[in-house]
Amino acid sequence: MDSEVGKKSVKKSSKRHAVVDKNFCAACGACTYVCPRGAIKVWRGSFSVVDENLCIGCGKCAKECPASAIKIEVRQ
Amino acid sequence: MKRHWYEYLWIWSIVYFGMGFFNILFAWLGLISFFLPLIFAIGFGNKNFCNRYCDRGQFFRMLGSQHGFSRGRDMPNWLKSKTFRYSFLIFFLGMFCSVIYNTYIVFAGVKNLNEIVTLFWTIDIPWNWAYTVHVESWIAQFAFGFYSLMLTSMILGILTMLLFKPRSWCVYCPMGTMTQMICKLKSNEKI
Repeated sequence: MDSEVGKKSVKKSSKRHAVVDKNFCAACGACTYVCPRGAIKVWRGSFSVVDENLCIGCGKCAKECPASAIKIEVRQ
Repeated sequence: MKRHWYEYLWIWSIVYFGMGFFNILFAWLGLISFFLPLIFAIGFGNKNFCNRYCDRGQFFRMLGSQHGFSRGRDMPNWLKSKTFRYSFLIFFLGMFCSVIYNTYIVFAGVKNLNEIVTLFWTIDIPWNWAYTVHVESWIAQFAFGFYSLMLTSMILGILTMLLFKPRSWCVYCPMGTMTQMICKLKSNEKI
C-alpha cells in the first residue's frame, strides 16, 4: 500500500536495488553518507552490505562509490 | 540533514598542510592518521576511521561531492584493482621504511640533516624556511621525510579526486588497504 512507503521498511519492495561487488569495495564508507534511508553499512571493515528491506534502488550510493563497486540491478 | 561533527574534519587536512609551511615539526602530528586507523582495525575490527574520522576522506568528499570539483568519472580498472592496491601499499610501506632509515642514519651521525621536502619521491624542494625551531636533527629529519610522504599522497589524492570520483584516493589509500586487509583477516573473509 502507498501509505506504507514512509515507514521504516517498505512492504512492497522496490523494483531495483543496489548490489555491492565485494571484490572492488574498499570499505571506505562513502556510500553510507549519501543513502537517504541508511540502508547501506560497512560490514566489519570489509565491504559494504545493503539492507534489502530498506534499499529503494535510488542509485545515490552507486554514483558516489569511488571504486564503482555498486550497481543498481532489477530485483530477482 | 543534521551534520555530524566529524564531517568537519576536513579542516584538519588544511591545518596540517598549512602548519608544515611554517614549522615542519608539526609533520609529526600526521602519525595520528597512521596509528588511529590501525587501532580501529586491530583493536575493534572496523574501518570507522575511514568511514567517519579520516580528515582526508572528508576533505575529498567536501570538495568533490559537495562542491563539484570532481569530474565524477569511473576510475580506470587498473587503478582500482587489487593488484595495484596491494602493490601501492607495499611501495608506500617501503617508502615509509626509507623515511625511518634516513631518520636513523641522521640519528647515528652518518649523514647531516637534509632540509628538503621530496615530492613524488624524486622532486627535491628546499624547505629550510620551515625549520626555525631547532631540535635534534633526527627529529627534524623524520618530519621532513614524513611530510614529503603526506604531501605527495595528498597531491595524488587531489589529482584523482579531480579526474575521477571524489574519494578515489580511498580506493588505493595504503592505510585503507591495510586496515581493510586486517579487518578481512579478522572476519575470515577472503583478502
